[in-house]
Amino acid sequence: MMLTPAGRLDAKPALLILGSGALAVALVSVSSGAYPLSVADILQVIAGKEATDPVASMVFLEVRMPRFLLGFLVGAVLAICGAVLQGLFRNPLADPGLIGVSAGASLAAIAVIVLGNTWLGGWLALTGDWALPIAAFIGGSLTVLLAWRIANRSGQTAVATLLLAGIAINAVAGAGTGLLTFYASDEELRSLTFWTMGSLGHAGWDDLVLGAPFMVLALVLVPWLARPLDAFLLGESVVGHLGYRTDTVKKVAIVVVGLGVGAAVAVSGLIGFVGLVVPHLVRQVLGASHRIVLPFSALLGGTLLVAADSLARVVVAPAELPIGLMMALIGGPFFLALLVRTRVM
Amino acid sequence: MVLDIRNVQVSLGATQIVHDVELSVAAGELVMLLGPNGAGKSTLLKAVSGDAPARGEILVSGQALTDWCPQALSRHRGVMPQRVDINFPLTAEEVVRLGLSAKSPGRADELVEHLLSELEISHLRHRLVPGLSGGEQQRLQLARVLAQIADTEGERLLLLDECTSALDPAHQQVVLQRVQRLAREQRVAVLAVVHDLNLAAQYADRLVMMRAGRCVLEGSAREVLTPEVLDAVYGFQARIVELPEGYPLVIPLGQTRAQTAPLKPVCRQAS
Repeated sequence: MMLTPAGRLDAKPALLILGSGALAVALVSVSSGAYPLSVADILQVIAGKEATDPVASMVFLEVRMPRFLLGFLVGAVLAICGAVLQGLFRNPLADPGLIGVSAGASLAAIAVIVLGNTWLGGWLALTGDWALPIAAFIGGSLTVLLAWRIANRSGQTAVATLLLAGIAINAVAGAGTGLLTFYASDEELRSLTFWTMGSLGHAGWDDLVLGAPFMVLALVLVPWLARPLDAFLLGESVVGHLGYRTDTVKKVAIVVVGLGVGAAVAVSGLIGFVGLVVPHLVRQVLGASHRIVLPFSALLGGTLLVAADSLARVVVAPAELPIGLMMALIGGPFFLALLVRTRVM
Repeated sequence: MVLDIRNVQVSLGATQIVHDVELSVAAGELVMLLGPNGAGKSTLLKAVSGDAPARGEILVSGQALTDWCPQALSRHRGVMPQRVDINFPLTAEEVVRLGLSAKSPGRADELVEHLLSELEISHLRHRLVPGLSGGEQQRLQLARVLAQIADTEGERLLLLDECTSALDPAHQQVVLQRVQRLAREQRVAVLAVVHDLNLAAQYADRLVMMRAGRCVLEGSAREVLTPEVLDAVYGFQARIVELPEGYPLVIPLGQTRAQTAPLKPVCRQAS
């Protein structure tokens, strides 16, 4: 049987279906683009044989592979961060973009780009190549903490307050970004545009090297959160009653989201809605237990982002749409539908 | 004593809610906290469940609450809050399983099955919790809390905050019979906040009456539920009928007045 008694898809067939989907998307992603590659080309390069077409080998190894890996990792991490925030706030509408975490991380990253040569020179000297991801991590973590402080009163998260706080945080971060844009040079301005729209267009191995350690660390920490987050669904006080150290759980969750969103923003700019759409779909089909939601969100999030990126490359070829726009086009209507449905229920 | 509350004070913000409460619950004893709204019953219970900061001493099995390792404490102390709102599509069975610690899969299945059937919610096991009625959710939470302390060696404490408030009369009986059996047969110490005086008279081994943050009277149902006490504490007139079953029945007479009668705020242990 494919369905559990509760009418959900069983985890094993779901893994099989999603896994095959992910492989298919991966294949499409690495083969399509301005320089199409055949499956035979790709298999040849993977097998390590001398490629008949040296350009194909170069395109696959230097352009498509890092882009695919980065896209998958960013999608997986954003989806997981969404799931963690939703569990932590006990609210299916919490999302790194909506509550302002992405904007906070982005503001920190932009500050490093614009002020790196002047006010933040010391920061650059201290952190070197890692200046951007570390700044984004700190910006992201601080924003989660701020949203938490504002919206959480004696163990209850006020949903309206959380979302309104998100609007305020987004506005302030947006103003900060605007101010920095005002001071930016032409060259800096080009990089800033990339941040605000979100893109994997420049993804290379160096981005992967900078972002991956943070994102992998977030992915390594996250399984520890699965059971306590299940307890969070019953209320913050219940977490303590069930024997978890509530404060430790919260801190780890905030660090995971800060690391994940910070690194994702640092390497790919603002990509919204992955964290909102993906965990929601997983819960509808497979249930709300975080031992299922977290791994499946990672797999689906990665696949979805890579698919959207492939689409973004072909719809207006030879140019490409920024993936942030692509996700907003998919996620915006989805979010509206979710709101309408919740109201009907 | 499984639970010892010594000189406990609880303040929320600048307001002191609970004043100098002394209370203990022995193994196998079912103690019910009574009192009007705002008397501090739930706040006292929250202090014992670790959800409200308290001054004074709260000992569980002789060990201060703060000295317990949280994981171990969760196996010895089950807490059922007044309300649990779930916004996510968890099934009833998944909620009960949240209460289980590492148990062999066979034992876990058996325990879940047993608790669901005892509380008459077996038929709901695969239903999503947000779609259940208030009373069904309340029984479900009790099943989860009972799963949490089942199979624990040594002393156990169960804290219940208005665990029957959403239940129909038949299920109030089902639930309280289950709790009473847990106390009598498995020696669990139970401290429960209740509003229904007649349920308290029917099931409690001992009643503790609170008013304005203090324990004002402690004793058997016959000692605590008298017209004078009810008038002084709640401010309503009542007739008390002694039932052949051996406990009093409180019949409110509908005349209420302001709570002005002086009542010496001293906790008195029944003889």
